[in-house]
Amino acid sequence: MSHSTAIGRRTREQIIRAFFFVTAFTSILVLSMILLFLFVEGIPIFKTVSVGRFLFGHDWYPTSSPPDFGIFPLLVASIAVTLLSAVISIPLGVMTAVYLAEIATARVRELFKPVVELLAALPSVVIGFFGMVVVAPFLQDMLDIATGLNLFNAALMLAFMSVPTICSISEDAIHSVPGELKEASLALGATRWETIMRVILPASLSGISTAVILGMSRAIGETMVVLMVAGGAALIPNSIFKPVRPMPASIAAEMAEAPFRGEHYYALFAIGMVLFLFTLCFNIVADYVAHKHKQVGAATL
Amino acid sequence: MTRMKAMDYSQTGTRRPAGAPTSTGGIRRSNRKNEDCEGAWSPVSTRKRHWTQSGVFGLFRVAALINGFALLFIVGFLLLNGWKAINWTFLSQAPMDSMTRGGILPCIIGTVLLSFGAMVVAFPWGVASAIYLHEYAKPGPALRVIRLGINNLAGVPSVVFGLFGLAFFVTWCKLGVSVLSGALTLGALVLPVIIGTAEEALRSVPATYREASLALGATKWQTIYRVVLPAAFPGMLTGSILGISRAAGETAAIMFTAAVFFTPHLPSSLFDPVMALPYHIYVLATAGTQIEATRPLQYGTSLVLIGLVLGMNLIAIFYRARLQRQA
Repeated sequence: MSHSTAIGRRTREQIIRAFFFVTAFTSILVLSMILLFLFVEGIPIFKTVSVGRFLFGHDWYPTSSPPDFGIFPLLVASIAVTLLSAVISIPLGVMTAVYLAEIATARVRELFKPVVELLAALPSVVIGFFGMVVVAPFLQDMLDIATGLNLFNAALMLAFMSVPTICSISEDAIHSVPGELKEASLALGATRWETIMRVILPASLSGISTAVILGMSRAIGETMVVLMVAGGAALIPNSIFKPVRPMPASIAAEMAEAPFRGEHYYALFAIGMVLFLFTLCFNIVADYVAHKHKQVGAATL
Repeated sequence: MTRMKAMDYSQTGTRRPAGAPTSTGGIRRSNRKNEDCEGAWSPVSTRKRHWTQSGVFGLFRVAALINGFALLFIVGFLLLNGWKAINWTFLSQAPMDSMTRGGILPCIIGTVLLSFGAMVVAFPWGVASAIYLHEYAKPGPALRVIRLGINNLAGVPSVVFGLFGLAFFVTWCKLGVSVLSGALTLGALVLPVIIGTAEEALRSVPATYREASLALGATKWQTIYRVVLPAAFPGMLTGSILGISRAAGETAAIMFTAAVFFTPHLPSSLFDPVMALPYHIYVLATAGTQIEATRPLQYGTSLVLIGLVLGMNLIAIFYRARLQRQA
């Protein structure tokens, strides 16, 4: 092979490598563009209201005159719905993960893993529809409340959307616990449950925490479920059976009627900004936890 | 503390002679002799420990079953209520009488266009990103940042993707509310899914394939193009099926970018808005003039949508299982 073609070959390889690097880097580009466009379309609202009044104002009346752009009730609703759904989804998701990874026989696992995957694949609009036509009337009759479309119903539906996320990531974490640890514990006479509780769960705690954070991040950003099921009242709830209006629901419901580049339109983009920053924080924390306590073999325990 | 304890046990465990007792009784006795042990592990407490275990395991099984029941319940409910609505007319006609009668053909076509369009955007892009991440990148800050970016992109709420699509594709690029805007938005949304599955497919290609090719004098790119990609392609295909199903069920991202309440025509170009199954369900169930009267249509549309989405997922699951058996 001549000298010149070898150099040609090397240059070509470098160009190809650069091409793939640039392509992989576009993910960051897209993320920054999302941030940029949210800010460009959202910042103008702060000419009308201050950041403090926007975040902590108690009245969301974007269409009355003069309009009020206080998103505090929406913020509270989002946080309440997410926390309540976490109360349901964390035990359910982690327990399912432990069951699949440590307790179930291989055949049961083969059968059950697709169930979790299919649950994850259910379109959110279908879950929202189910919450509207099945769960809402049931809750209304059962508890004799004004409306079944409320915080609790939304949290319940959201829980079933975040369980698959929590379950599959936790399961991976549990699987990555080195086998020697488990065997050592069993050899010492600990029961399987004691081994799970004292050895496997502590060893996979960082993975499980990541799973929980990502599950909650999914719940806070989920739109269709809260749009259809949460009830839509922009009030601070005083019970879990009150209708609420979380942030994504407000954006989705009002964008169609908001005049293009009017105050309302800017306010909705600003809500999008808040929502984006929330999920960004969740994801960065999840990433930090996953890397900080990364489990590499038995030696790091 | 617990972690430390676990390590100590594992070390003592490895030092135990090969003939160490294996039955529970034997271990109990040996534990009693052990000075570290708190002692007092009587047979009664052993029984109690095993009862605790059975109880807790039962609870865990119930947790897993709840998920199964939830899936069965939702799918079963929609099947029971939806199958009556589905017939040839329903699948082959446009909605009539302000969407209170007729079919959902435009929605099916819209959803198919949007999800395949999203895949045309995301598949090459995602596969190329995965090739960089798995074949070229070396561990370091650049890789860390890119991974963080992809993870964050995966975590962006779909309604925020919708806002981005509205501000960027619809308004700034002047594409309007159209199939193209929707497909591009959905493409960005499913990108992390494609990258993840493509990377997994690359990971499953044995290193010996690459080494053999490189040893024969092929360059890195020749190795990737001729050896690695063909071997990883079936796995990538599975990922693209999952991506399509994700895009097909997505609502919030297309609300402002591609979907409309009703359009009498089928789209004739990429710049036309479309109707879509998920948005149609939402509209009929919440904003229609006769919500109760159109219930059968809502059930029918939901059933078609989950049939489509779960069907594609099942295909992907079976296909993946077959690939794993072959490997």
